[in-house]
Amino acid sequence: MDFSLNDDQQRLIATARKFTKEKIIPVAQKLDEHGTFPSEICKEGWELGLMNGEVPQEYGGLGLSTLDHVLMQEEINFGCAGIGTTLAGNNLAAMPLILAGTEEQKKNYLGQLTDSCSFAAYACSEPDAGSDVAGMRTTVRKVGDEWILNGIKRWITNGAYANWYTTFARTGDATDRHKGITCFVVPRDLPGVSVGRKEDKLGQRASNTCDIIYEDVKLTKAHLVGAEGQGFKVAMKTFDRSRPWIAAGATGIMRRALEECTKYATERKAFGQAIGQFQAIQFMLADMAMKYEATRLLMLKAAWNIGQGKLDAIESAYAKAFGADSAMQVATDAVQIFGGYGYTKEYPVEKLMRDAKLLQIYEGTSQIQRMVIGRSLIAAASAGV
Amino acid sequence: MLTELTDEQRLLRDTCREFAEKELKPNASAWDRAHTFPAEAVKKCAELGLFAVAVPEKWGGAGMDNVAYALAVEEISRGCASTGVTLSVSNSLYCDPVYKFGTDAQRERFLTPFASGQKLGCFGLTEPNAGSDAAEQRTLAVKKGDKYVINGTKNWITNGPVADAMVLFTITDPSKGTKGITAFLVETNAPGFLRQKADEKLGICASPSCTMFFDNLEVHESQRLGNEGDGFKIAMATLDGGRIGIAAQAIGIARAAFEGAREYAKVRKTFDVPISNHQAIQFMLADMATEISAAQLLTLRAASMKDAGVRHSRESSMAKLYASEMSGRVTDKSVQIHGGMGYSKELPIERHFRDARITEIYEGTSEIQRLVIANALLKA
Repeated sequence: MDFSLNDDQQRLIATARKFTKEKIIPVAQKLDEHGTFPSEICKEGWELGLMNGEVPQEYGGLGLSTLDHVLMQEEINFGCAGIGTTLAGNNLAAMPLILAGTEEQKKNYLGQLTDSCSFAAYACSEPDAGSDVAGMRTTVRKVGDEWILNGIKRWITNGAYANWYTTFARTGDATDRHKGITCFVVPRDLPGVSVGRKEDKLGQRASNTCDIIYEDVKLTKAHLVGAEGQGFKVAMKTFDRSRPWIAAGATGIMRRALEECTKYATERKAFGQAIGQFQAIQFMLADMAMKYEATRLLMLKAAWNIGQGKLDAIESAYAKAFGADSAMQVATDAVQIFGGYGYTKEYPVEKLMRDAKLLQIYEGTSQIQRMVIGRSLIAAASAGV
Repeated sequence: MLTELTDEQRLLRDTCREFAEKELKPNASAWDRAHTFPAEAVKKCAELGLFAVAVPEKWGGAGMDNVAYALAVEEISRGCASTGVTLSVSNSLYCDPVYKFGTDAQRERFLTPFASGQKLGCFGLTEPNAGSDAAEQRTLAVKKGDKYVINGTKNWITNGPVADAMVLFTITDPSKGTKGITAFLVETNAPGFLRQKADEKLGICASPSCTMFFDNLEVHESQRLGNEGDGFKIAMATLDGGRIGIAAQAIGIARAAFEGAREYAKVRKTFDVPISNHQAIQFMLADMATEISAAQLLTLRAASMKDAGVRHSRESSMAKLYASEMSGRVTDKSVQIHGGMGYSKELPIERHFRDARITEIYEGTSEIQRLVIANALLKA
């Protein structure tokens, strides 16, 4: 076992940390307040390679391992989880193409992301299909050599800014459930593609989330990602790879909360001493620190597994669920340590609490992670593993 | 028994429930978003006698009791948590101490117009460096002839931007610690009484609070509440009542979040069935309802002890501690049951989540409640 980081990893962390300190932290509060998309930060982050980390080098990306990527993401999320989600968005949209796309698709679409600062979005959720991905209603009808796409996608990160959408739609009957789902890459400039309303969210407000509407969009074989009916598998494999990123969102938020709180606890006085001298505060800080450390280890293990080619859904689910639930608790405790100040917009901890809540919801709620874990445990026991 | 309400209590509860359903619930999100103080709705609450439920009618109050008061705040908060705390401050933190510790002359000037709802009061205890540690007061009152000259700062004053008067806590003798604290009744339009703009908060955005400065504020000695040095005792006794109000507010918020989640669980489908068919969701709802009931019982116990005139510091703290943390858990679960929709401002659920958080902080943080409870346990 070796927990040390190599030189490349240390450099990557240092770059991301410097960028976070100089570019993200000074503006995060304001972007959150107005729900402003971080265009400038994305441009500068793109230059540094912070946007397309897992896009392979042959298509212009950094070709980072999941492990390196989460180390970088923790630093960004320390500054702002909304911006962290924005910068990670391209990776999520790219992953199905990386996993199942043709060489031509990769060159074209991944190339677009790395040629200039541009966005793509992962379009899976729908108004009536969130946790239940297989319940989706967006349909693709085959007409001759073409497909006609119709439906509404919801909660689409970077949706209003994306040039193309990695879209999951139903090619089979509704009764086919997950077997009837197919993945397509849908360029935004195709006739019939439009951007719907923007979500006004509790937190991660710098991140753009909106509806994408498809009305009789004509697609050809060139837009098909993987085989027909393989979409659900591609979506799930993508989530297995993306869930450690959410754990990185959690470690970023927790480390920030811990740093803000330890500083505040040494400065703020009550009953004649710094509140950090009270056992009640010390124990809260101790729990916060343990949750951060444990999440970080689960995240690193899940990421390391992916790098070893031993992708295991249960490991990603552990990291995501434990991380998200821990971050929510830690951010809530951070508000408590700050007391009245924690409840105001003057200090950063109320934002941490609002931002953390989304970690338990997107890319599979904490409940879905438990389903993945629970079923996997029962299946293994049934199989006598 | 606690579970038996009188006809009068039941009538007030039902009236408040109906009022909240009609006048508050449909508008609360808009007020939250615009950070608007709902002056019209608050005025209607005044007409219902909700500014001083437990103050005798002789002094402008509704002449009921603290159980009725707790029920009213719960129902109002279920519709709008901001309106709930506006009323809780009026009842518990302003009218109650003026009634209990004021002279008849003070009651005429500082209670009757407030209890009857023509005017609104606030409570000035917290300072930038005296939150949990309320004894660390720095606002100084120096006696000059028959007046006191007051200088200092108060912050997070709920109702502050819209209040007409304040129970103001000061230090009259810095050498005496908590025994040097003295309370005054002060009109907010007095010269030297300055108010900053309203605070920007995570939640209860329709309940304005602000920082206040006192710049050589002159107060006649006839406005002193109780004797010099009585201030800390007055503050602590007042908070024993205030905590009942906040517990009730926390319960109202939790109920709104719970009811939303129950409705949603019945209509939202995943895996071909309503999510209420999934055990994970059922158990969450079961926990939410159980915890709400427990908090209601703790709160009604504290309120009826106050009505009986027995010491209820520990019971008020237990009610406030449990109800506020319960409200945090219940509103969090409600967001979770709603999934993405719970995170969106389209539904009121994220507001309940934000609103609940303050109940663990104001009128004594959860940590202070634990201190009060532990002290009471260990002294016995």
